[in-house]
Amino acid sequence: MAVLVIADRDGETVRDTTHKTVTAALKLSGEVDILVIGQGSKAAADAAAKIAGVRKVLLAESAGLGHQLAEAVEATVVGLAGGYDAILSPATTDGKNFMPRIAAKLDVAPISDIMEVVSADTFVRPIYAGNALETIQSGDGKKIITVRPTSFDAAAEGGSASVESVTGANAGKSAFVNEEMVKSDRPELGAAKIVVSGGRALGSAEEFHAVMDPLADKLGAAVGASRAAVDAGYAPNDYQVGQTGKVVAPALYIAIGISGAIQHLAGMKDSKVIVAINKDADAPIFQVADYGIVGDYKTVVPELMKALG
Amino acid sequence: MTRRYVDRPGEAYHSLTQHSGAFVDINMKVLVPVKRVIDYNVKARVKADQTGVDLANVKMSMNPFDEIAVEEAVRMKEGKEHHAAGTASEIVVVSIGVTQAQETIRTALAMGADRGLLIQSDADLEPLAVAKLLKAVVDEEKPDMVLLGKQSIDGDNNAVGQMLAALLDWPQATFAGKIVIADGKATVTREVDGGLQTLAATLPAVVSVDLRLNTPRYASLPNIMKAKKKEIAVKAVADYGVDTAPRLKVLKVTAPPQRSAGIKVADAAELVSKLKTAGVL
Repeated sequence: MAVLVIADRDGETVRDTTHKTVTAALKLSGEVDILVIGQGSKAAADAAAKIAGVRKVLLAESAGLGHQLAEAVEATVVGLAGGYDAILSPATTDGKNFMPRIAAKLDVAPISDIMEVVSADTFVRPIYAGNALETIQSGDGKKIITVRPTSFDAAAEGGSASVESVTGANAGKSAFVNEEMVKSDRPELGAAKIVVSGGRALGSAEEFHAVMDPLADKLGAAVGASRAAVDAGYAPNDYQVGQTGKVVAPALYIAIGISGAIQHLAGMKDSKVIVAINKDADAPIFQVADYGIVGDYKTVVPELMKALG
Repeated sequence: MTRRYVDRPGEAYHSLTQHSGAFVDINMKVLVPVKRVIDYNVKARVKADQTGVDLANVKMSMNPFDEIAVEEAVRMKEGKEHHAAGTASEIVVVSIGVTQAQETIRTALAMGADRGLLIQSDADLEPLAVAKLLKAVVDEEKPDMVLLGKQSIDGDNNAVGQMLAALLDWPQATFAGKIVIADGKATVTREVDGGLQTLAATLPAVVSVDLRLNTPRYASLPNIMKAKKKEIAVKAVADYGVDTAPRLKVLKVTAPPQRSAGIKVADAAELVSKLKTAGVL
């Protein structure tokens, strides 16, 4: 059984989410290839070739593939699908965008956001925002799967797979216009080892940044926010952790002034260690926190900054 | 769909074209698929026999993402926000589900959709089957755009829109945070990891919507009354002659592992020492 992993490319390298998807793929089969898609992706393909356990790397370059538009990715992958029993991609917004399209073209039921590989045809995935987990068995000959990166460890480096070029499709009926990516020196929210998140208690956008940014910089952490804080305009949308935002599982998650609505907990409860700072001792966040401090963030956070040295 | 040149089409169009005016498309027919799901305020509880989630006596509502799609279609019809008046001229709402899904369709009609179609099914169909049925509906209705929620909050698959686009061989624009209709295209700003991406999809297209596109209205009482007179056609899955057999077998549905509450610490210094011991600092 051969498995194809579609890489999550980031300029000249591949993101950690690719390594995690390779780990899931290796649970299905020892024959794992990686497909790197996008114009000018040779360096990224070379980076993918260093992931341990990978058989070979396929590189599909064409002008239409630069921004991973669904139509061009679909045409490229469907062209390669004959050689594979399973095709996996991380459940990033790109993967979620093109994988169901590929599945429909192949007349396969896609399997979204798997958290566990039980066997070659059986997987565990969250439903109802993670309030339930379903174990499903696929009857399709081919499996089209997106993988929740936070549920798998990253495959190690140390491989030396070959890189070969394959034909990349050109753009279809949609065209890239532009993109506005948030530029930050901090780690990406989905991949950070430490996440500090602020809630509505912070009261304003100025206060949010004045409190959260220095703490994040001290810890080398990414900054997250509850939906309440985002809806109130204190933090940008892409900071949102939760059912409707990002699902994170860092080694350390620090929730500041977050009460812990179900929708927020769905996005962070798989973190290794959870810390909650809240002045309401009855806040639901304390029910999932390993360590809690009942107190006003206005006094606790400065003390924390001091204690961190 | 018809095309009309507008001298002052508003700020949204200036960002798309070098000209002061633009061709806007009006009189679009928009198809909005909606799903009846457990209300988003209700916590889903797994049945003791692990066969699924308990939906008995649970409040059901329109999938929140679909509500946003209905709202956007109605704004296109009304010419609200940046949409030219009459961008949409007809909004057809379709639901696939149990008889009670008519209530969900009725909600969309009260918000401003024109007519409804229920494809009755007691089985919870998989996204592939839903996409095949919707393709059959599109073949009949011939809309200029299918506008739908990016995912339903029960199955969380995030797949139907993309699959429908593939089956139709239409372009797709998923996770829309802004939609501008002009020059025969839907120019869609998408909410992607790390920021925003804008793409232009040639119509007809499938557009799936994200949370920040708009805030759906509450239907007014007069509109709720008016909606009672609007037509809802009822059909059976068998009427469409497509293969809806399940491909996936649900072996079990379980509750996620519960985290237990930890300890309260007195102050920041104690916290830092605990975190160092735990090896996370």
